[in-house]
Amino acid sequence: MSFRWAFYGLLPDKAHRNVLCALIAATVLAAPASATGAPQPAPQTTVNAIEAEVMCPICGTLLELAESPQARREKVFVAKLVAEGKSKAEVKDALVAQYGPSVLALPKASGFDLSAYLVPILAIAIAAVALAFSVLRWRRSGRASEPSATDAAAEAPRGEDAERLEADLSRYDL
Amino acid sequence: MRARSLLAFLAVLAVVGLLAFGLLNKGATKIAVGDPVPDKVLPALPGPGRGSIAKYRGKWVLVNLWASWCVPCRQEAPVLQRFYERNRRTDTMVLGINVQDNEDDANTFLREHPTAYPQLRSVGDERSAAFGSTGVPENFLVEPDGDLALIWRGPVDDQFLRERVTPLIKGSQ
Repeated sequence: MSFRWAFYGLLPDKAHRNVLCALIAATVLAAPASATGAPQPAPQTTVNAIEAEVMCPICGTLLELAESPQARREKVFVAKLVAEGKSKAEVKDALVAQYGPSVLALPKASGFDLSAYLVPILAIAIAAVALAFSVLRWRRSGRASEPSATDAAAEAPRGEDAERLEADLSRYDL
Repeated sequence: MRARSLLAFLAVLAVVGLLAFGLLNKGATKIAVGDPVPDKVLPALPGPGRGSIAKYRGKWVLVNLWASWCVPCRQEAPVLQRFYERNRRTDTMVLGINVQDNEDDANTFLREHPTAYPQLRSVGDERSAAFGSTGVPENFLVEPDGDLALIWRGPVDDQFLRERVTPLIKGSQ
């Protein structure tokens, strides 16, 4: 029995051979299609990471804490973009395009929104400088008001007062 | 010393002013019957194209603010469609404005609840804020000259349209 006939011998009849051929052809044709057919990209971020940094605009709370119908749809939207392999910045941009800038829990660090970050830093710096100046002034004024040796000598009792003080002190001598 | 006191006073005044400004801006816009309708050119839904309420000046316009996630909006859409069908040959128009939504969900809603009247889309709650909206759905009847004739913060049904909206329109004719 040749190899060909041995192979065919595995199949009982022609109908089954046709089925096998069709299956092989389908597998061979399907393989390149599945190889090129839009593989899912690896996620660059997580749904949880996004939900912790964006708002549910209707509820006024973080999306991760919100359970309103609008929040549920927003979560589905975020999950879809994350599954598509979008980065955190891309997902946030898409959210702003759909829901407006109020969807961001933190303002962007550019343009006018940058002032949200700069103003507190500036305020703290000004407060620190003012505090340092105040401490310096306070210390200087403290030194200036301390009594000097000459001041003490000038304030020492004289004459009759000195004699009375001496007499009083001598009464307590042991 | 006097200069320092003045400086401190100005600083306190600035802080109080900023707080007052923030509080005033936080409050929703108040609109009332007789006011001009808040209007803006918006993208059509589904695109392409743009539209506004002013495009229908000379007609009565029932403006409906809606969102796909809003359950009463689903019940209201066929009611508004019937109202539009009944009045399309008169000078009465219905205009939907999708708010607080994403575009894909809004388009899905329109496929599930088809409406023949025009639809616009506002990003986020920008239009809701302009209408002083507290939720969805909300309805606003606009006179042919662009002033508000009726504000209804909630869903409408056939009875409401028959008893509250139609008499206003017919009364002017």
